[in-house]
Formats: sequence, structure tokens, C-alpha cells
Amino acid sequence: MNYLLRGIGVVSAVGVFSLLAFSLPSGDARGDGGYTLPKLTHKNWQQECASCHIAYPPSMLPKASWRRLMGGLDQHFGENASLDPATQADILRFLEANAADSGTSRMGSRVMRSMSPSEAPLRITETRWFVRKHDEVSRATWSRKSIGSAANCAACHRQAERGVFDEDTVRIPK
Amino acid sequence: MIKRFVCSGLAMLGTVSALAGAAETPASLMAQYAKQAGVPVSALSAERGAALYRTEHPGRNGQAVSCAGCHTANPTQAGRTRIGKRIEPLAPAANPQRFTDAAKVEKWFRRNCQDVLQRECSAQEKGDFITWLSQAK
Ligand code: HEC
Ligand code: HEC
Ligand code: HEC
Repeated sequence: MNYLLRGIGVVSAVGVFSLLAFSLPSGDARGDGGYTLPKLTHKNWQQECASCHIAYPPSMLPKASWRRLMGGLDQHFGENASLDPATQADILRFLEANAADSGTSRMGSRVMRSMSPSEAPLRITETRWFVRKHDEVSRATWSRKSIGSAANCAACHRQAERGVFDEDTVRIPK
Repeated sequence: MIKRFVCSGLAMLGTVSALAGAAETPASLMAQYAKQAGVPVSALSAERGAALYRTEHPGRNGQAVSCAGCHTANPTQAGRTRIGKRIEPLAPAANPQRFTDAAKVEKWFRRNCQDVLQRECSAQEKGDFITWLSQAK
């Protein structure tokens, strides 16, 4: 009886330990420098928000930003990106559920640390978090023809499309 | 009773045509746009389509904009968005996926005509556009 209980104790301890070890998202497991974001799948978001640029990670802006942005898709940074109302509402629900202030990711906490709750920037590239991370990139570099805009993450982060932004994957094009 | 049969029959037909909606061809879309415009398919013009593609219009920030601006002068080649992402070629000869999904085609006509012409394109213009792209080799 005693042996049996002890046996169960050992087995469940091992179980909890291995659960902990394997449930850490790969990005977080790499320590503070990890910027490989957990893979997100959402059909409409992947289909509709990745035709003109990469599908920007929802965890890089707070809910209020996503609400503003999704409310003005017919005048989206000078381009018409309008959607039918059902698709638009579906994508907004997904963005809000994974937003920087949804408490679901470390990426989000990093962004929120340098943002006050009343802010709702429309651009990731205007957040203090982004500006600080890119302070070594000069103004002349951003406007290079091969880059064009800070919003062109994939020009420098070669695996941005897969949510990988780690510094060892950065290569600034000529 | 009969009404019930008719209703479910109609519902089934609806489902079938909704499914079939994804499987258009450039030719079937040309026929639909011609019908919408009230002209025979033979009245669609590749020449007018090419002009629509190439003509530059004054953009919001003073720069000239055209369909060719993003889709490049040669529609069998890949283009680029303002952010620098690759756009697969528009011509079906180079990209068989083009003009096979009516909802997708309508969505991009709506957006891109608004951006370039500051208005929607007419059914005739859409038909002309596909007529020209179908011939581009
Ligand atoms: C028709 C093309 C198009 C589509 C579709 C589109 N966008 Fe954009 N998006 C743009 C343009 C153009 C910019 C401005 C880029 C620049 O300034 O270089 C932009 C910028 C952005 C930015 C700000 C980037 C920055 O500077 O930090 C966000 C966020 C964004 N888009 C989200 C979305 C979401 C979410 C969707 C899907 C609902 C979407 N976009 C669909 C064209 C598009
Ligand atoms: C001009 C090239 C360039 C563009 C465009 C660019 N970045 Fe960066 N990014 C860098 C550089 C350089 C660093 C600093 C890497 C280092 O610390 O060595 C960096 C760092 C980062 C980091 C932190 C990585 C780490 O390991 O600390 C993230 C996250 C990031 N960028 C996201 C983005 C996003 C999102 C976009 C687009 C909205 C973007 N970047 C656009 C060059 C670029
Ligand atoms: C600002 C850049 C830009 C301009 C200007 C532009 N387009 Fe597009 N167009 C795109 C993008 C991005 C796509 C979607 C790419 C994809 O899905 O592969 C697209 C897709 C399309 C499609 C969808 C075809 C299909 O079956 O997939 C049509 C039709 C189209 N464009 C027509 C036009 C017309 C007509 C004009 C000029 C009035 C025009 N475009 C100007 C960027 C542009």
C-alpha cells in the first residue's frame, strides 16, 4: 500500500516535471533574448492581413490599437484594405484575444512595459518598444530602396513571416 | 409538403452554386461581367483593358499611380506592394490561380480601383481588364 502510494507520487512528479519542460513556448525557453514568437494560426487573418505585408504579430499592439485599425480599413495608411463586415469582426476578435495587453504572451508584456494604458498607436513602428530596439538603425538605412519602410520587417528579419525576430536572424540589405 | 421539397431543393441548389463559386475561369468571369454590363462578350476590348492597366492617375500624395505601378509594366512578371512584398503575376498564363475565385477578384477590383481611379471600376472595365490579361503572354 505504502509502496503503491509512493510509486504514484514519483510517477506524478515526473509527469508534472515533463509537462512543465515541454509546455514552455520555444521563444521563452531561450531566455530573455528569445524573439521567436509562438506560431499562431487563424485562417482569415493569415489570408487577409498578409497580402500587402507580413501578418504583423497581434502581440505587438494593444487591443485599443487593433480596434482603431480594424475600424478604418477603407483608409488603411493610404490604401483601401476593406473587408466584408463578418470577416472584419472575426479578425478583430482574434487580434484582441492575442493583443499585447491580453496577458497571453511575453512579447506583449515587453511592449506594454513602455506604453501607458491610454495609448493606442496605429503603428508597431511608432511604439517606444520598437524605437528602442531599433535605435542603432539610422534614418538613411530605413529609407534605402531595398527596405523602403520600417514596416518592411522582412527586409531585415529574414524569417519574419514565420514570427522569428531573433537578433541572429537579422541581416540589413545594402 | 410540396413546398418543403421545393424549399430544400432550392437550399441544396444554393449550396451547390456557393461551392461552385470558387471555381471560376477567366472566361466565365468575362462572360459574367459582359452580362452585367449588358454587352456581348465579343464587345469586351483587350485594348481598353491595356489602357486601364497602364494609365497613370494623380495619387493622394501627388505621386502618379497606376495598376502597372504595383503589378509592373509586364503582367506576366511578379510585382511589389508599397511595403516591398512580392505580388505573384496577374496574367493567368504566368499564374493559373488568377481569376478563378469571383469573391477574391471582386475584393481586389473594389480596393485597387478605389485607390488608383478614386472610384469603382464598371463591369465593362473589369471585363476589358480580364480580356487583356488573358491574352498577355
Ligand atoms: C491592400 C494592402 C493592405 C492590406 C490588405 C493590409 N494592409 Fe496593413 N498596411 C498596408 C500599408 C500600405 C501600410 C503602411 C506601410 C508603410 O507605411 O510602409 C500598412 C501598415 C500596417 C500596420 C502598421 C505597420 C507599422 O508601421 O508598424 C499594421 C499594424 C497593419 N498594416 C495591419 C494590417 C492588418 C491587421 C491587416 C488585415 C486586416 C492589414 N494590415 C491588411 C497595406 C495593407
Ligand atoms: C532596417 C532593417 C530592419 C527592419 C526593416 C526591421 N528591423 Fe527589427 N531589428 C533590426 C536590427 C538591426 C535589430 C537589432 C538586432 C540586435 O540587437 O543585434 C532589430 C531588432 C528587432 C527585435 C528584437 C530582436 C532581439 O533579439 O532583441 C524585434 C522583435 C524586431 N526587431 C522586430 C521588428 C519588426 C516587428 C519589424 C517590422 C515592423 C522590424 N523589426 C523591422 C533591423 C530591422
Ligand atoms: C498598391 C499596389 C497595387 C495597385 C496600384 C494595384 N494592385 Fe491589384 N493587387 C495588389 C495586391 C497586393 C493584390 C493581391 C495579391 C495576391 O493575392 O497575390 C492584387 C490583386 C489584384 C487582383 C486579383 C486577381 C486574382 O484573381 O487574384 C485584381 C483583379 C487586381 N489586383 C486588379 C488591379 C487593378 C484593376 C488595378 C488598377 C486599377 C490594380 N490592381 C492596382 C496590389 C495592387
